[in-house]
Amino acid sequence: MSFTEIYNQYDWEEIKTQIYNKEAHHVEAALHKEGAHSLDDLMALLSPAAASYLEDMAKLSHVLTQKRFGKTLQMYIPLYLSNKCSNNCVYCGFRNENRIKRITLTEEQILKEIKVIKSHGFDHVLLVTGESDKSAGTEYFERVLKLIRPWFSHISMEVQPLGQDDYSRLTRLGLNTVLIYQETYGKNYPDFHPRGMKSDFFYRLETPDRLGAAGVHKIGLGCLLGLDDWRTDSWFTGLHVNYLERNYWRTRYSISFPRLRPAKGIIEPRVIVSDRDLVQLICAYRIFDENLELSLSTREAQNFRNNAIKFGITSISAGSKTEPGGYSAETRELEQFEINDNRTPEEVADMISRQGYEPVWKDWDIHYGV
Amino acid sequence: MDKLLIGDRSFNSRLFVGTGKFSSNEVMGKAVAASDSELVTVALKRFDINDKEDDMLKHLRIPGVNLLPNTSGVRTAKEAVFAAELAREALETNWLKLEIHPDPRYLLPDHRETLRASEELVKKGFIVLPYINADPVFCKQLEETGVAAVMPLGAPIGSNSGLKTRTMLEIIIEESNVPVVVDAGIGAPSQAAEAMEMGAHAVLVNTAIAIAEDPVEMALAFKMAVEAGRIARNATLGRTSDEAAASSPFTSFLDD
Repeated sequence: MSFTEIYNQYDWEEIKTQIYNKEAHHVEAALHKEGAHSLDDLMALLSPAAASYLEDMAKLSHVLTQKRFGKTLQMYIPLYLSNKCSNNCVYCGFRNENRIKRITLTEEQILKEIKVIKSHGFDHVLLVTGESDKSAGTEYFERVLKLIRPWFSHISMEVQPLGQDDYSRLTRLGLNTVLIYQETYGKNYPDFHPRGMKSDFFYRLETPDRLGAAGVHKIGLGCLLGLDDWRTDSWFTGLHVNYLERNYWRTRYSISFPRLRPAKGIIEPRVIVSDRDLVQLICAYRIFDENLELSLSTREAQNFRNNAIKFGITSISAGSKTEPGGYSAETRELEQFEINDNRTPEEVADMISRQGYEPVWKDWDIHYGV
Repeated sequence: MDKLLIGDRSFNSRLFVGTGKFSSNEVMGKAVAASDSELVTVALKRFDINDKEDDMLKHLRIPGVNLLPNTSGVRTAKEAVFAAELAREALETNWLKLEIHPDPRYLLPDHRETLRASEELVKKGFIVLPYINADPVFCKQLEETGVAAVMPLGAPIGSNSGLKTRTMLEIIIEESNVPVVVDAGIGAPSQAAEAMEMGAHAVLVNTAIAIAEDPVEMALAFKMAVEAGRIARNATLGRTSDEAAASSPFTSFLDD
């Protein structure tokens, strides 16, 4: 069995209608419920009716987050390895038809990047590439993992979907976490992903199954906010996590909240997800599942990030560059999207401390799980 | 208050403190100091074993405080043994809080792997304190492997929901030949006192102190509650009864 079977039992429009039909008493019931929350509760928490309970949701979310994660915030940084991509996703700066310089970092260039990253104190790194099996496939990732392993306690990846055997191989070399965003669970998926591997909706949808079966420690899910109705997309993400938690119970799960950002040669968002909406979404997930890790990148603005760490977010990036080679050289024209929070890692860590939280740089050990 | 003996060491304090979830290492250090705890857990994954100036460890250099490394994050016996050896070398202690929880959501212990790891670690000369479910039979099995204490949970880690496993804990305390340390779930000083009155030899508290508005004051409150509970246990509580004591419906005929 895979998630496809579960997914096929639900109809997007029907779910959307159910979410939009939720009323105040459904929201209140979800807020006052003791114990585990259901997917039906998640509908209520994501519904327009919940918007008028935003402060109540944030208060509850704050308490649940501190209880599970304490007054701490995990720090990580992305390391872009390659912007080569065989896809042509209409929202992405790396899209195939964008006439930009394409590079894949060599080992020497990667070491230069690591030097800068380590100077800021990072110990958890997220490796990112476009989707190009030719330039950056499993063998390239194997070389990179061997190269960088001595420098980091926790290594995550956000690259093209791979096979179960590939994930097993990479896990043995120290890979801990894989982020794989479905972008949208709706039927408009093909409009956004016209060409390349990513046009195969179901291969992507089943990637977390392959990750779970390969014993990857942590899987990150999410939708690209701005493509379709965010409430419905986020409910499907909840459905996906719920399925995975039951079937791959040794794995941890995290959710990210990428809102569509400007980049060269891409579409405008079809749907605007406001700050209020994003607060509701973060709190809805926390109340739905208090053990989920919730992550917020530098796509978001300073002020939003400063506040979000208090009501639900548990991991945060800082000082990010979204172009390969960006830490050791100035190569802005290659970037995937524009950064919104341009503070240095030191400034972000300082903001976290000043708000009464401990920035955690190391929360894993390379000796675990290999 | 009487001393607590575990392995070859004696402790004046019966409150063990965890070091995760604090708002800063500085606050954590102050809370540990206020608790008067002599045994403090540190997660191997949280500090850099190659860094002698690690910030967390620096704040735990408090007179009288012994470090108890834990294996939080490992999922198998094999990983636990490996982590234990790293911790022994890095912190120069053969004491170990063994925790193996392959379930990352509720961090519940895996008994099969815990038993395997306990056997091996005891053979390797570790003083092993395993974190386990409140399972009386399993506690006896662990005792037979030679562990120095058992650490059954009151409720899932971080839940702050108190002694949900009370009935099982009472059996464990009654049957155990090694100290019983109630670990996890204790959310308030009153619950720590309850565990001590029940006969637990010690308690371990982390979340309830770390996420309090004032962790230092809360640490002090836990210290006092644990002492009160222990003294009450030793002084023997009076029996509680729902009925008035005067009437003797069954035996009064003897006086007729």
